[in-house]
Amino acid sequence: MQTQPLLIVDRLSKSFGSNQVLKDISLTIAGGDVTCIIGASGSGKSTLLRCLNRLETPDAGTVYLEGAPVGMKWSKDRLYEMSPKELAGQRRAMGMVFQGFHLFPHLTALENIMQAPRTVKKEKTEDARGYALELLDRVGLVEKAQFYPHQLSGGQQQRIAIARSLAMRPKVMLFDEPTSALDPELVGEVLWVMKSLAQDGMTMAVVTHEMDFAREVANHVVFMDAGYIVEEGAPADVLGNPQHARTKTFLSRVS
Amino acid sequence: MTVDARTVSTGLKVEVNQKPIKRRHPSWWLGGAAIALLVLAFLQVLVTNANLQWPVVAEYLFAPEILAGLGRTMLLTLLAMIIGLAIGVIIAVMRLSQNPVFQWVSISWIWFFRGVPPLVQLVLWYNLALIFPELTFGIPFGPSLMSLDTNAVITPFSAAILGLSLTESAYAAEMIRAGIQAVSGGQTEAAASLGMSRGQTLRKIVLPQAIRIVIPPIGNDTISMLKFTSLVSVLALPDLLYSAQMIYARTYQTIPLLLVATLWYLLLATVLTFALSRVEKRLAGKSTSVVNGAGRGWRDAFRITARKEASL
Ligand SMILES: Nc1ncnc2c1ncn2[C@@H]1O[C@H](COP(=O)(O)OP(=O)(O)OP(=O)(O)O)[C@@H](O)[C@H]1O
Ligand SMILES: [Mg+2]
Repeated sequence: MQTQPLLIVDRLSKSFGSNQVLKDISLTIAGGDVTCIIGASGSGKSTLLRCLNRLETPDAGTVYLEGAPVGMKWSKDRLYEMSPKELAGQRRAMGMVFQGFHLFPHLTALENIMQAPRTVKKEKTEDARGYALELLDRVGLVEKAQFYPHQLSGGQQQRIAIARSLAMRPKVMLFDEPTSALDPELVGEVLWVMKSLAQDGMTMAVVTHEMDFAREVANHVVFMDAGYIVEEGAPADVLGNPQHARTKTFLSRVS
Repeated sequence: MTVDARTVSTGLKVEVNQKPIKRRHPSWWLGGAAIALLVLAFLQVLVTNANLQWPVVAEYLFAPEILAGLGRTMLLTLLAMIIGLAIGVIIAVMRLSQNPVFQWVSISWIWFFRGVPPLVQLVLWYNLALIFPELTFGIPFGPSLMSLDTNAVITPFSAAILGLSLTESAYAAEMIRAGIQAVSGGQTEAAASLGMSRGQTLRKIVLPQAIRIVIPPIGNDTISMLKFTSLVSVLALPDLLYSAQMIYARTYQTIPLLLVATLWYLLLATVLTFALSRVEKRLAGKSTSVVNGAGRGWRDAFRITARKEASL
């Protein structure tokens, strides 16, 4: 365990128009943590995750990655907005997996994984290719290397998307409902990959409706409702013995 | 439950191998016969009308002047399309940039070059020297770096390329913009989350997908451009049409020479149409793109684009 938390979320707020979606959210994620974020639709889970790597700009509050504010920098005691290039450098450290996969449709599975290391890190083709094949093996899809996304099942596409994020060697992986768009029989293969990642010590923040996964893999569960963190703690506590009425209602509805 | 004669309301049951008698379409035959008659009448005119002077057509079809004009028409089409598309990409990207100055420049550019008829532009560019006798590059109100005599720069050919490619750039910009917008936002977000810059995302992720979407309309534009090049005859530039005109100005064989030009234009348009449908088929077979939602093929994407364009 590291002494300094990997990610600190400090009093984050975000509104879309008059709709305040995040209200004063604070959260700490230590290296190696698997944090599952649960809550009803519209409670702000995706928005919180997207604020972490600044796909969404919060109205107030700060996200710290290894102690450094995300998207902002200090210079001579003054706080400046980062240049897109500096922000891109921070984003590399935070892999993101989307509900809708968002694989690049004009590239093969292998090229999808190699693209960012090649263009962003200027890795040599052989190096990028070698690591991409390693990652394909890790998600169990070496034989699909030359397939285009539309030739793959949803579960396979999501596993490729995970490998694509891992190719940038991120320090934390953010998952936004990675299995919600999948047919039920394909959910297992994606959860299996995520579980093996967690076992290898990857820091993960996972928005999910898979309560069994949260119970089994997470060491921290956060329940959100209407933009607030209502309850958080060990999965056995939050899921097994919820204290708040809203958590109880939500859990009785999903299970 | 098995079907037998008693369970069927008409009392007759259909055997396994029994096929219904095919519907007949007498109206198709009637319509076909009427059209065949019209085609025959038209062919008769083509063959028997002596004014068309087919022997003269044959004589000039491969005349050196005509072939030189044909080559110039093809060169004009090619150059105008390449330059027009290159400018179009830049204008489209400016249109979609966050920078209001770029947006404004792009909107004005499209407004001007789509609004002024290409024929007017050709004449304007050709007469540029009447407005600016000298072309000077330098700092506004400051020293000039380079000065050129306008008449030396503007030839019929350069005026033609300017007029045609700038008109094309306005249309290309709108098509490419629609193509870029048809690529889903999820693609850009995925690239951003991988640490790719906006420029890298545009070059490696968005444009390759947008190009696939806009290839069919660009193909159509090329065929239009082929025909638009005939406007350059007002600049006395010997393209296919003007070469034919020059010959009939001498020989008064107006109709057969116009037929020569017509035949060549039709041939080029046919070749382009054929090439375009081959490219479209290949694209449709090869890969599909995720466009504004999961799993949509590029054909659907194109439909979206087409509809967007129609509503512009
Ligand atoms: N770009 C946006 N513009 C306007 N409103 C938005 C935007 N993104 C999200 N919202 C609103 O913010 C609220 C929270 O959305 P969010 O996607 O974070 O919820 P969620 O908890 O992820 O829900 P779900 O389980 O359905 O994914 C919703 O009311 C949504 O309509
Ligand atoms: Mg969500």
